[in-house]
This record gives sequence, C-alpha cells and structure tokens, in this order.
Amino acid sequence: MNTQISRVALAALGLLVALILATTYWQTWAVAGLEDRQDNAIQRVAEFTIKRGLIYASDRRTALAANERRRVKGKTFYFRRYPQGGLAAHTVGYSTQVRSRAGLERSLNDYLTGANENLSTVLRTTFEELRGVTVTGNNVVLTLNARGQRAAMRALGGRCGSVAVLEPRTGKVLVSASSPTYDPNLVERDYAAINRIRGACPTAAPLLNRTANGRFVPGSTFKVLTAAAALDSGRYSLYQTFNDPGFCIEYGRPVNNYDTSRPFGTVTFLQAMQYSINSVFCNIGKELGPLKVIEYARRFGFYSRPPLETPPEERAASGLSRRGELFLPKTPFEVDPGRLAFGQERLQVTPMQMAMVVAAVANRGVLMRPYVVDRVLTPSGSRIARTKPDALSTAVKPRTAAALATMMEAVVSSGTGTAAQIPGVRVAGKTGTAETGVGGRNMTSFIAFAPVDDPRLAIAVMLENQSGTGGTTAAPIAKSVMEALLGARSNQ
Amino acid sequence: MNAGGEAVSLRNRELANLLVVGMLTAVGFASVYIARSAEVSSASLSYAGIFIGLYLVAHLAARLTVPQADPYLLPMAGLLSAIGVTEIYRQEPADAFRQGIWVVVGVACFALVLLVLRRDYRRLEGYKYIFGLTALLLLVLPALPGIGETINGARLWVRVGPFQFQPGELAKISLIIFLAGYLREKREVLAQGRLKDFGPLLAIWGGAMLVLFQTNDLGSGLLYFGVFLAMLYVATARLAYVLAGGALFVAGAAGVHAIVPRVQERVSIWLDPWSDPDDSGYQLLQSLYSIGHGGFGGTGLGKGIFETTAGDPQIPFLKTDFIYSALAQELGLIGAAALLLVYMLFAVRGFRIALLAEDGFSKLLAVGLTFAFALQTFIILGGILRLIPLTGITLPLVSYGGSSIVANFVLLAGLMLVSHRANEMQGEGARP
Repeated sequence: MNTQISRVALAALGLLVALILATTYWQTWAVAGLEDRQDNAIQRVAEFTIKRGLIYASDRRTALAANERRRVKGKTFYFRRYPQGGLAAHTVGYSTQVRSRAGLERSLNDYLTGANENLSTVLRTTFEELRGVTVTGNNVVLTLNARGQRAAMRALGGRCGSVAVLEPRTGKVLVSASSPTYDPNLVERDYAAINRIRGACPTAAPLLNRTANGRFVPGSTFKVLTAAAALDSGRYSLYQTFNDPGFCIEYGRPVNNYDTSRPFGTVTFLQAMQYSINSVFCNIGKELGPLKVIEYARRFGFYSRPPLETPPEERAASGLSRRGELFLPKTPFEVDPGRLAFGQERLQVTPMQMAMVVAAVANRGVLMRPYVVDRVLTPSGSRIARTKPDALSTAVKPRTAAALATMMEAVVSSGTGTAAQIPGVRVAGKTGTAETGVGGRNMTSFIAFAPVDDPRLAIAVMLENQSGTGGTTAAPIAKSVMEALLGARSNQ
Repeated sequence: MNAGGEAVSLRNRELANLLVVGMLTAVGFASVYIARSAEVSSASLSYAGIFIGLYLVAHLAARLTVPQADPYLLPMAGLLSAIGVTEIYRQEPADAFRQGIWVVVGVACFALVLLVLRRDYRRLEGYKYIFGLTALLLLVLPALPGIGETINGARLWVRVGPFQFQPGELAKISLIIFLAGYLREKREVLAQGRLKDFGPLLAIWGGAMLVLFQTNDLGSGLLYFGVFLAMLYVATARLAYVLAGGALFVAGAAGVHAIVPRVQERVSIWLDPWSDPDDSGYQLLQSLYSIGHGGFGGTGLGKGIFETTAGDPQIPFLKTDFIYSALAQELGLIGAAALLLVYMLFAVRGFRIALLAEDGFSKLLAVGLTFAFALQTFIILGGILRLIPLTGITLPLVSYGGSSIVANFVLLAGLMLVSHRANEMQGEGARP
C-alpha cells in the first residue's frame, strides 16, 4: 500500500504546488495587467489613498483638478474636486470611484498617482511608502489658457458645439471647449443630474468631447483643403479666372450654389473663396479628382485620431464616412468629386482637426503635433517632463500656405466672414454652412487664424442645429475668443 | 510507559513549536491593532493570550492521551486557525469572537475524540456502516425542507434556530471512516476487478452526483469523490479505477453542467471572468484584484483594501470562501506562499503517518483524512486562483465558519490517534 500512498501524496503535493505557482503568477507576473483593468475596484480605492497630482491651466494658478481629504472608517482618502466645474471638463475628465476615470485623469493616471517610471518619482514614492506617509502624485500643467477657455464657454452659451484653438508655431492647444458641458464634481455625487443636462440641439450628450470626438459636417470650411490641393499642385493660381453660372454639372445634373438667386459670372480663384462659390470648387474638384483632395486632407491629419494626450477612445479621426465608419476611397468612382470639393460629401470632421488645418496654413504649411500637456512637475515643483513642439508633417509648400492666407484674409475683410473682424488685427478665416437635411437647421463653422503677419492662434468653431450661416453664428464666437486670447497675450 | 523518554521529547517539541506559534499569533494581533487602532480596542491584544491558552489545553490533552503522536500537526493547525482568526478579526472583530468560540469548541472536540478513542480508535471499523449511513444522512440534511438553507446559490447549510452549520464538513469525516473500513475489508475482492463487486462503488458515484446536483455545488461533490478515488487507489493499487472513476465523474459533472444554470455560470466565469465583470464575474475578479494588489510583500496586516471609499465591502464572502484573497493582499506573495507551505507540511506529515501506520484501516484512514484536507484546500484556492471553476467550500482551519473548524479539529485528532499508535508500534518510537 505504501507505494500507492506515496503516489497519492505526490499528487496532493502537486496540487498544492500548483496553488503556490498560481499565487505567484497573480502576485507578480499578472499585477500590472490587473492594475490596468477598468473594473478593478480595489485599485481604484487604492488610488484614492494617493494624494493625486493637481492639474493646472497654463498659468499654473488655475487649478482644474484638486483634492479633498476625507476620512472614512479610519482610512484617509483623497477625493477629486474640480474647482472650475465644467470649464475644461472634457479634457481634464474625472477620477471617481463609481464611474472610474475619463479624460486626462485617465490617460495621465500614472503621472498623477506617481506611478510613472521616472527614476526620481520611483525613488520618491517608494520612500514615501516605506515611511508610511501618503504617496503624492505629480502635478500637470496644461497648455489650456484659462481666459480663452472661459471666453469660449461663454461665447458658446447653451449652443451645442465646440471651439478649438491651437498655437500654430508649437501645436499647443490653447482652448478646447465643448458645449454643453457638465460639472465633473457631479459624476460621483449625482450622475442623474448630468443626464438631465439639455442643450440647444436634439442630443445634448454633455459627456461627449465635441472638440476631439464630435463629428461635424465641415461644409465650406473644407474649401480650404480643396484650395490647398489645387494651389499646391501648381495647376491653379490665386488670380486665375473661372466662370460661375450659379451651378455646376455633376453626373449630368446641376448642383446649385448656396445662394442660387445670382450667379457671380467671371471670378478669380480668390473671389471664389471669398464668397464661397460652390460651382468653382465643384469644377476644381472634378478636375483634380477626389483622391488628390483626400491625399491633401491626410497630409493635414485626416484619417488619424488627433494626436492628443487624452485617451484614444475620446478622439475621433476625420474623413469620409460610410455607414458610420471612416472610409478611405481607393478609386475616384467611390466619391462625388464636386461635393467633396465644397465639403458636402459625407465628410465628418472634428473641430480639433479643422483647427489643425488652419494651424498648418498659418505655420507656413507645417503641421505641428497638437498637445495639451505642457509639463509634469514633482510636488516640490521641479520638472519631470516637458512636451517639445514637434512637426507632424509638411502639409503644403510655404508658397501655397501664403496664397491660402491671402484668400482667407479676403474672406474676413470683405467676404462671408466679416463678423470675425478685429480692429487692428489682420484675421484670415473661412466660413462653413452645411445643411443637415432637417428643415432649416444647419451645422455651421468658422475657421481662422490671426494675426496674419505673425500667427499666434488658429481657431475652429463648429456649431450644431443653427438657423443661420457660419458667418453669422460661428464667426462672432471666433472673434470673441480670439480677442480674449490676443488681449491676454498683450497684457502679459 | 516503556518509551517514556522519547515521548516526552516528542511532546516537548510540540510545546516548543506551539510557543513559536503563540508568538506569531501575538505579533499578528498586535500588527492588526497598530494598523487599525482607530477601529479596534486594545482588548484585542488579549486574544493572543486566549489563543496561547487554548493551544496549551490542546497540548495537554495530547500529552495525556497520545504522547507518541506527531509533534508538528497540532502547532500547524494552531497556526492556521490563528491566521484565520487574525484575518477575520481584522475584517470584523465581532466575527472573530464567534470564530474564537468555535475554536474553543473545536479544541474541546479534539480533546474529547482523543480521550474517547485513546485506547484503540480501530474499533470504529466495526461501526463502518453506521458511519456510512451517518454520512449519507448528513449530506441529505440540507435538502430537507424547513431546515435546509441556500446561501450564495449553494444548498449546503442547515439552520436550527439561531444555529447554522454545514453538515457536509462532518459528513466528510464520517465518509472517510466508512471508506477506510469498507475498502480495508473489500480490497482484495475489488482488486480482482469482478464487475459485481462494483455495485457499492457505483452507488457512491451516484451519491456524489446526487450531492452535486442537490447542493448545486461542484466543490463538495468533487471533494467527496476525489477522496473516494484516492482511497480506492491506495486500497486496490489499480490506477485504472481512478481513471474510470475520473471519467465517470467528468461525465456526471458534464451532465450536471448541462442541467444546472448555476454550474454553467460558474464554468463560464472561470473561462472568461471579464465577459461580465460587473455582475457574475465581479466576485472572482475583485478577489483576483485583491490578490494582485498584495503583490510581493503585501500591504501589511490591517492595511489592505477591502472596502469602497464609502466604506462598503467590495468582496462578498470575504471571511468565508475568499479569506485567502484577503490574506494574500495583506501578507503578499511571501505570506501566501508561507501559508501554502504550512498546508503542504501538514499534508506531508499526514501522509507520513499513513506510511508509518501498521494496518490497512489506519493507513486508509490517514490517507483519507490527509487527502481530504489537501484536496479541499486545492478546490477552494484553485477556484480563487482561477485554476478550476470556483466553488463554495471553506479553506480548512482558516475560513470563518464553525462546522469547518470543528470538523478539521476532529480530523486533526484522527491523524494524531493514528500517528500515536504507529509510533508506539514502531517500538523504539519514530524520529520525526
């Protein structure tokens, strides 16, 4: 019997050894994977024992996310508090127990909890753990300009839409405003209140970051891209003339201009942009071919998510869409070239993407990688990381960019965008109005940069559910945000 | 006593080990007290004293009745129960008090069994059918309307007035005594492999299946049947029986799986807990996260995270089925591995007793008891660690639960009785 007993013993010990191995697996090998799980409630609580890093606007004074110390059953927790409420809620996001995390609170979690792998941080937090004191996370300073952000939220009012502002030379995101917004302090406390938020559009979706994740029809603002492709090809020039009969023929049928009552007759390319004449762009689109236009759109960043630091699922790529999915045409026959050229062909863009387009035009054709995190600081204030401006691509030649600037300046000085004029500042811009098919409701937009001779900001304003045009609804918003920002600059 | 010198040395060794365990217990309670001084009173420190007193009582009982028994089993059992009570205490001081009372009852039963059976436990063999019947009765008890109770979807409990216990724990021991007697008697016949001799065995298989079906719990069925197969193998030396038995069990389990939704759910959670992380997979996942959070060194006793920031518990059944995930978080891999090593050492000592025992009944009894102890540990921890589907049985001596504590102290007494006799028969006494 003893042989059998030994074998049974071996089997039993084998089972227990398996337990030791499995425990080792879960406590060493699998730890990182488990910690990253969104449903890990233990980790979420553990991170509330950490004094999370603060998140500041670019002035390093306006705290967008701070902590509130509370003791529960003998344990000290640090809960998040958002002193500015909904001001930059969509970028900053939230860190909660019940609804996990979103925005930068999610994507920068390692920095904010001191779990990033910089040697100094590792040493500091390990030392804090050994001493048994509260672990403190690193602070983050954003590129967001508090004053510009406030101006944008105020200008948007209750409307559904977004304002994105970039600094053309660096790619800094100066404003990322999405409306309607929500108070991130309510996410934990009263989530139902967020669901009750209404805006001036059928789907308020207050949690949606419209700036980087909203899908808008660009309308005529897309003409800037068509013009970029046309001018950069060398086949077209600013003062070349076209004939506008008030429509253009596509697939054997006329496609009308926005204003069908009066054809412009003979116009230059510059004037076609200035007055947003669809027929001219329609014909250019047919001549260039849709693939060329799409190729240029891609140079400006279309078809990839805006490369921000927020979580990728909170950013959407712009481009043609088919049945709700992004779609990249392989042959020219899949796209209506004329409608594409004036921005009506199933195009869906984010305001951030349109801001990138104007920023590249303003920056002599070079597209800078947009970024919202300027630097990361230790609790004592020394710098751990800083974002360096980085060129993503050269979208167009400098000459093309200069020509586009001339066209866009004409739009503001005496075209469809006069509402964006700022005394003493040269502004270049382009309006957009897209009919949604719902009676009299438009998606309107305005993209601009200023000052033209020394561009300091590039802006995109996009609105849903408007009865007016881009020139009457979006341009005034752009004007007040630009004034706030340029004023803030000159005050410094 | 003829081998008096050796005996004293064995018991003195036990006493020395117990003192070490007593110190560890004191350190455990002290660290919980320090970490949670805001929550718990300094009276907690007296717990360690009470525990040391209890161990001494058990030790004296052993010294009186089984002087030649293995000197490591009692200290290890003491250590495991102390670890359990410490962790339960850290979770809920009032429950630790109740558990402490159960340990007192357990130690009393331990002493009682030693006292009653000190002359010759082998006379139990004569009552094997009574034990078999008792086991059956105890297993059926929870199914009876009126007293049976379903907790967490498993029908394993019996409630009489304010008392609630799991008869399955005691059934386990009755079943092992029955099997040891029955297999000792029938082993030659069974080894010949004539078909008609397998009637009773098929009946046992049917019983295990019935238990499985009736309790809605794979764990108990697996435990009983696994113990049965191990003992059958030791008795007959026929591996084929184990394989055939295993195949039968798998077939039966598959059948149960097809019928019982709860078993299906358990299996699908096991295969992919992340398919439904907020509902059916929640418990297993949060338990894994708890273990993972412990990492290598653990958070330290009393400093683990088991509650939401609002103070609500995060892991259901933490003190009973999931006590290991609490321990693994607070003690880390170092502590969890040490705990598992204690289980291994306990099993090693148990199997060693089986090897040293002189007669078939004693060997089978020791193997049965030890294997049941080890397999039960594997079934619950394997479930928690996602090696096998999760089932609701207790971790021997550590989990919160009276019936489990008492049953395992009785199991310990059984092993010590066999050990005492084996060592005595060896004449010159065994070197440990």
